[in-house]
Amino acid sequence: MTKINLSRRGFIKITGLASGGLVLGFHWAGCTPVRPAEAAKVVLEPNAYIKILSDGMVILMSPVPEIGQGIKTAIPMIIAEELDVSWENVLVEQAPLAPELYERQTAGGSQAIRQLWTTVRTAGAAGRRMLMGAAAREWKVPIAELTTSAGIISHEKSGNSIGYGDIATKANNIEVPEEVTLKDPKDFKIIGTSPKNVDVYDIVVGKPLFGMDMKKEGTVIAMITHPPAFGMKPKSVDDSAARAIPGIQDVFTITTFPEDIETRWSGNNAFPELVVVTGESTWNVMKAKKALKIEWETVTPGENTEDHIAEMERQISGKMTEPDRIDGNPEATFRKAAKVIERTYSAPFLPHNTMEPMNFYAHVTGDKVEFEGPTQTPQRLRDVTAQIMGIPEENITVNILRSGGGFGRRLYGHYGVEAAMISKKINAPVQLIYTREDDMTQGTYRPDYRVRYKAGIDADNNLIALTVSGTGTDGGPVASNRFPAGALDHYAAKNYSLKSNISTGAWRAPRSNFIAGAEQSFLDEVAEACGKDPMDFRLELLERAKNDPVGENNDYDPDRFIALLNLIKEKCEWDNKVEGIYRGISAYYCHNSYIAQVIDIEMKDNKPILKKAWCAVDCGIVINLDGAKNQVEGGIMDGIGHAMYGNITFNDGVIDQKNFDKYRLIRHGEGPETVETYFVDNGIDPTGLGEPSLPPVPGALANALYRATGKRLYHQPYILELEEREINLG
Amino acid sequence: MASISLKVNGKPFRIEAEDDIPLLWALRDHVGLVGTKYGCGIAQCGSCTVLVDGVATRSCVMPAKSLGEAEIITIEGLAENGGKSLQEAWVEHDTPQCGYCQAGQIISAAGLLKSNSNPTDEEIDAAMKGNICRCGSYVRIKAAIKTAIMKGGVEA
Repeated sequence: MTKINLSRRGFIKITGLASGGLVLGFHWAGCTPVRPAEAAKVVLEPNAYIKILSDGMVILMSPVPEIGQGIKTAIPMIIAEELDVSWENVLVEQAPLAPELYERQTAGGSQAIRQLWTTVRTAGAAGRRMLMGAAAREWKVPIAELTTSAGIISHEKSGNSIGYGDIATKANNIEVPEEVTLKDPKDFKIIGTSPKNVDVYDIVVGKPLFGMDMKKEGTVIAMITHPPAFGMKPKSVDDSAARAIPGIQDVFTITTFPEDIETRWSGNNAFPELVVVTGESTWNVMKAKKALKIEWETVTPGENTEDHIAEMERQISGKMTEPDRIDGNPEATFRKAAKVIERTYSAPFLPHNTMEPMNFYAHVTGDKVEFEGPTQTPQRLRDVTAQIMGIPEENITVNILRSGGGFGRRLYGHYGVEAAMISKKINAPVQLIYTREDDMTQGTYRPDYRVRYKAGIDADNNLIALTVSGTGTDGGPVASNRFPAGALDHYAAKNYSLKSNISTGAWRAPRSNFIAGAEQSFLDEVAEACGKDPMDFRLELLERAKNDPVGENNDYDPDRFIALLNLIKEKCEWDNKVEGIYRGISAYYCHNSYIAQVIDIEMKDNKPILKKAWCAVDCGIVINLDGAKNQVEGGIMDGIGHAMYGNITFNDGVIDQKNFDKYRLIRHGEGPETVETYFVDNGIDPTGLGEPSLPPVPGALANALYRATGKRLYHQPYILELEEREINLG
Repeated sequence: MASISLKVNGKPFRIEAEDDIPLLWALRDHVGLVGTKYGCGIAQCGSCTVLVDGVATRSCVMPAKSLGEAEIITIEGLAENGGKSLQEAWVEHDTPQCGYCQAGQIISAAGLLKSNSNPTDEEIDAAMKGNICRCGSYVRIKAAIKTAIMKGGVEA
């Protein structure tokens, strides 16, 4: 059992009574419970996360945006666990943006569960404690003699028992406890089970859940047109044909972000000037958008794919100076090595391609803004809007809707600000909708990357030195303190960066989404050059990092890594080689979690078939077991698809792929037929899961394809390399 | 502008819209059924799939006025039109992640099972290939289709 002293916790924020008497670290609605409206049948709100209904049901608020990662189910599970109610009696509501009530209403970095773990447990435990306090007072017995189970408080000595709903009606003026006791994980009843996604029923019957689905009375449809190439801006607009289309209301140009504010969205705003069409229905506005005749002018020169590749190659080709990390003397070690292997890996820009394109609702009235839509960063939307439009933050509301995919794209809420600026201009509520083409050619891409690894092997087939130089648009991908740093006496790592007018952004597992595959492909090749089994080779390096680590800043725990590899080794029966099954292994640490994968390939008529993916995960305590498996399966599919097919190319700043006819995403039948996922059971507080299952995938895939075809793969999308080598992938 | 008649989920609708409006936008903006999703607008992603006389059809490129008396079934009407087993199987496998593409996936599966009550794996892949799931829920989608078949499939 963990005791949480509420008044002594570091995160406690004491605020004055002006804000409603908030006294505790996770924000309370008040010192004393708030009495809800009769109609709602809510009888007690112990804090901002919990509403107790008179019939014993509870409403649990989910503060974090749901983007497909399952957080709207997982956070309430944690609260319900500590509140000690049956999951069947839980209703879940998405909370709007309310920074005064909730911490970190952000979907990003796979950090929601990790960072809110104690907060939301404490919320549940405090709610339970308050209800117990009410029962103790009612029965005039010590609170220590009470127990709870599934929403019922019992007093064994007297035989009394009462449901949460009944006692909640009597719980007024029960003080918020100063200290609560959290459950021992071994007593968890909800955490670790597999309830369904709380929205699954609404999804399968087509209920309106997404920003695109919200139809508010009087809302004007707006679409934007951004320049056809990066580096351009509109010069003049001939809107006569557009305005002739029925139902079109207005055509105008907006300048979305003053220069000094651009970087508030990580500098991703490549197109600050946009041409806007507004009208009464989506189809008419789409047609009008196509009918615009816009003259563009060049601000900065358009770039080309080949130039990016050449410049990145130049950057990583020079002698490494001022490395980000250096241990020993790798260059001298290479000179005396028996064998030196040097390999270059690369990957292109990738768009996020959430299935639901960017869209947002905004209604500006005077100095107030009402927002609703899909976003991973509602607070940033509020803050940036306040800054740009000169509106007080407290006058801006954001209703968070389920996102039809996030993957990092909706960290950048410029489309919300655009909706607000359009609403202000036309003085009406606006639903801004991007077409797929707007969405795919807008930028905010996963950066293009290039990295060079060099390894020295001694006469006894030991890896004795390794260097890595990497670069990419807006920053290189190398994590210099991660494995194999710490396992080698001679090691150096260095990042370079490429400047571009093509905008980049966080894309599921930033940097790791490329570097893990490159590193794990390289280590596979090095293992082979050393004549070692690729699994044993990794374990050997990790043992070294564990027993005699080099350097002090190693950003991983070798023990957890070793346990993880041993788990997958056992589960996939690694040592039991099966004729005709070609296997690739890959493992990576990111987002505080450890993931290992094995992909099994069979060759059928000279065509590689992805039979199965095995995955071992150490993300600490798993909240929703089947939900977690779903994330892992999706991450593997996503990783295979993007490594195999994902490709954005550009000529004179014009993106060649504008829609799914030219941009290939993985489809049915192209991924592994089955995925088996295992979690390390170590009782450690939870860490990230939304992102980490993706990064190792390109490595496991390339390593399996190598064993199946004899061809090593270095450059994504792999499909192009495989085609060059006349390997049919169907 | 044109007056267009549609029969959606068994009910007749008459809408006033642009002559060339695709069925997708007729459904979403005029009929008021938003379960059918916009994903690409060029019949490449399958998010907009509806049944037209039992055949899975990309509504984003299907002119609404061409449909005449055709029976259009959207996700909202699927349960009452023989597809409940699929929706239940989707829940059983907790298939969706973000959920945006799933209406189109379910409708494509319904179209498949209406024409082929016991498809092979290859036939499932071929029929479903036009539906992209960016979250990568393909393994569960296939499992859900097989569960629905086991539990009686869909009514033709």
